[in-house]
Amino acid sequence: MPAIDILKARQTQVYEKGRDHFTIECNKKSLSGAVSQRACVFCGSRVVLYPVADAVHLVHGPIGCAAYTWDIRGSLSSGPELHRLSFSTDLNEHDIIHGAEQKLERSIRELAAKYKPNAAFVYATCIVGIIGDDVDAVCRKMTKELDIPVIPVHSEGFKGTKRDGYKAACEALFKLVGTAEPEAIEPLSINIMGEFNLAGEAWMIRKYYEKMGINVVSVFTGDGRVNDIKKSHRASLNVVQCSGSMLGLAKMMKEKYGTPFIRVSFFGIEDTSNALYEVAKFFKNDKVYEKTQALVKREVGGIYPKLLEYRKELQGKKAAVYVGGAFKAFSLIQALRVIGIEVVLAGSQTGTPEDYDTLKRLCNEGTIIVDDSNPVELSRFSLEKQADLFIGGVKERPMAMKLGIGFVDHNHERKIALAGYEGMINFAREVHATVTSPVWSFYRKKAWYE
Amino acid sequence: MSKAVTQNSCSYCTPLGASLAFKGIENTITMLHGSQGCATYMRRFLISHFREPIDIASSSFTEETAIFGGGQNLHLGLDNLSSQYEPELIAVASTCLSETIGDDLNMHISEYKKKKAGQPIPEIIAVSTPSYKGSHIEGFYIAVTELVKHFSEGKSSPTGPVNLFPGMVSCEDLRYLKSVLHAFNVPYIMVPDYSETLEGGNWKNHHPIPPGGTPVRALARTGIARGSIEFGQVIDKKQSAATYLAEKRGVPAAMIPIPIGIHCSDIFFKTLEEISGTSLPTEFRQTRGRLVDAYGDAHKYVFGKRAIIYGEDDFVLSIASFLLEIGMQLAVCGGSGRGVGFKDKLVDLVQANDGEMPIIYEGSDFKEVELAAMQKGGDIFVGNSKGYKISRSFDIPLVRIGFPIHDRVGGQRIHHLGYKGTLYLLDLITNEIIRTKQSLSSVAYSYI
Ligand code: SF4
Ligand code: SF4
Repeated sequence: MPAIDILKARQTQVYEKGRDHFTIECNKKSLSGAVSQRACVFCGSRVVLYPVADAVHLVHGPIGCAAYTWDIRGSLSSGPELHRLSFSTDLNEHDIIHGAEQKLERSIRELAAKYKPNAAFVYATCIVGIIGDDVDAVCRKMTKELDIPVIPVHSEGFKGTKRDGYKAACEALFKLVGTAEPEAIEPLSINIMGEFNLAGEAWMIRKYYEKMGINVVSVFTGDGRVNDIKKSHRASLNVVQCSGSMLGLAKMMKEKYGTPFIRVSFFGIEDTSNALYEVAKFFKNDKVYEKTQALVKREVGGIYPKLLEYRKELQGKKAAVYVGGAFKAFSLIQALRVIGIEVVLAGSQTGTPEDYDTLKRLCNEGTIIVDDSNPVELSRFSLEKQADLFIGGVKERPMAMKLGIGFVDHNHERKIALAGYEGMINFAREVHATVTSPVWSFYRKKAWYE
Repeated sequence: MSKAVTQNSCSYCTPLGASLAFKGIENTITMLHGSQGCATYMRRFLISHFREPIDIASSSFTEETAIFGGGQNLHLGLDNLSSQYEPELIAVASTCLSETIGDDLNMHISEYKKKKAGQPIPEIIAVSTPSYKGSHIEGFYIAVTELVKHFSEGKSSPTGPVNLFPGMVSCEDLRYLKSVLHAFNVPYIMVPDYSETLEGGNWKNHHPIPPGGTPVRALARTGIARGSIEFGQVIDKKQSAATYLAEKRGVPAAMIPIPIGIHCSDIFFKTLEEISGTSLPTEFRQTRGRLVDAYGDAHKYVFGKRAIIYGEDDFVLSIASFLLEIGMQLAVCGGSGRGVGFKDKLVDLVQANDGEMPIIYEGSDFKEVELAAMQKGGDIFVGNSKGYKISRSFDIPLVRIGFPIHDRVGGQRIHHLGYKGTLYLLDLITNEIIRTKQSLSSVAYSYI
């Protein structure tokens, strides 16, 4: 345990490699009074389901839950954009005392009539769990009445952590899977899971696979469509990115439909290339393998010289990484190494024990590893370890910059594609712009009158 | 039947406003009593506007808490906040969840104090802010009122300071107000004051609580003030700090419009003259003169242009008054709060100016604003950044003012208030109208 005062109950969630020898405790509920960077179960569900663009997403609860999440993510759609609207039943005192099933029913009806969605997701938030509305019954009734799937998502914020929200989302999606059949079954076909098409990333990745001769049946859920999801059980393989969010669905599909899955990451040169090769290997098809080799060679060759240029300028800089899922942290550590940067602080909001073991392995001696951290810890460790760069989400940005530490947004809200090969170049450019910016010199130097 | 579903809400929930208000009290940390998500979402929302570190703790309800009550969590949270932040004041705001399960915050807090008897603990204040009590602006008012209820002492005295309750304005506005009071040479207490906590300088070391804010000890003296000025024409009396002090401590209250535009700013400066006994300092006379002159310079560009405005009720009222002053018309006015008599005030204002009657919404969402805009048309949107999508879909420019501004830098620095702030808004709006005209013109005129 490093030498800053950490809340006692959090000591098992902060680890310094080389000094400490214990198992990091994780997947705990956040501690009361600690300013956790986590959101809630609802957040987890919404993150996963939200990019389904031809469904309406109705948040059943008081206004806040919907208002704060209106269009906060950069998930793009090539067609309908229903996911960019915010719908709420905006419960008031009367609803809370008398129940709001009727209001929910009317809301769903209004939305269906107005937007003609292909499905509706109804998120039950905290209050709904307390007032006891039978959301399932309303959804069943509306499914019949409107003849579209109206799917309840049990995402009451207090009933667990963000991971439970992922689970609820996977269950909701699983209700759609297998409810329609494709015209033809393609043998060389995959679903991509845990890819949310931030800044068009899913499109890039889909293109890679298509160039390899692979057919992408459905992306969960980037640029997602209800109909594709329905048919997704006919794909031969599920390619799952991101640690926690969609593994549950892959497991459910394996059990019910026998679809195998592999876990990949599309972030960084190595991981992206692996993600392509793994799929090629799975299909044991020479043609596919050859195409993959050619593709990887071309893409890597295209960006490597430029990366080396960045590396020259960035060599020896230090980074702090605090992200939602631990898988992303793994990729980031590797990607940063490619451009000459070592990670001195690494952590996630939702890592599992296995994740933290991997993190420990990947990190250098002296690196601090944290689970479900807070601004006090993050800023103190960043300073102590003299980080030049912080990679995190919107909530960490001002904290880092206030202290004169460069920042790169690697969260769901970013508008710059960081996945795949093109993404790697964007990433390096972002890192370079913030780390080498001259503005920080004013932070470090004393003012003339000091 | 009224609509059941709210689309693209213009308003946010009560604890958000309360959290913002508490950011303006020195050495204070806020905890939301409820589950984790609410606090995190509100932090994110505020950070995107202010671009400053903003810590809001949560008592992190679990299923057990929801069943057995939040006492234990609250106590643990208070302990943890005390040791990590060493605050002078912990402000606890309830949420929908804690209110719905009927958790009694005040009881939990008095138990906590009993438990800690003899030990040094921070001051603790609780506010009841379930979202169904109103929108973010009501939460803001509730927090400020609760602060003076909790801390004010004594009775009004003619030699006491002036209380200023500016409501939800920008950091720049707060700094401006302080300089105005300074110029009038009158002691004052402004509650809240987040001008430094939410727009501070760079740091050498991490500050768990950013420096700045109204000192807690100053709050006691709001009770002995010679008078209170509160910006707000449609505040519910129960949520008005000035009204509370008038009733309980005999402090005369001036409830005046937010000073935007000449008319509303005149009221503010006149009130200040009266309350301070100092006549309007020269610099403000000069600025007012410049403003009148600028109205003249701008009048043709803006005349008859029709505006779609939205935001907190009192903000909309003052902006409406300003736009009518310069010869613009109102097409749509969307108030997001639950102001008392908002619509009537607006109707009176428009009639007094012989203006076109706008479509007026109370407690509106952006879908309503959009539909109204479609029906009435308009030349310019004036309001926070959340109107951007509609403005873009109609291809009508948006002038970003108020809160929140999530897609531009500097939202916290927009100066809206007084003659000087109005000058800035005038330039902003006029130039946007000119820019639109220029870009639609087939000739690249370089003189306008
Ligand atoms: S539950 Fe209430 S307090 Fe929490 S975000 Fe939703 S509306 Fe706001
Ligand atoms: S009310 Fe519950 S579901 Fe909604 S934001 Fe708060 S914690 Fe999340």
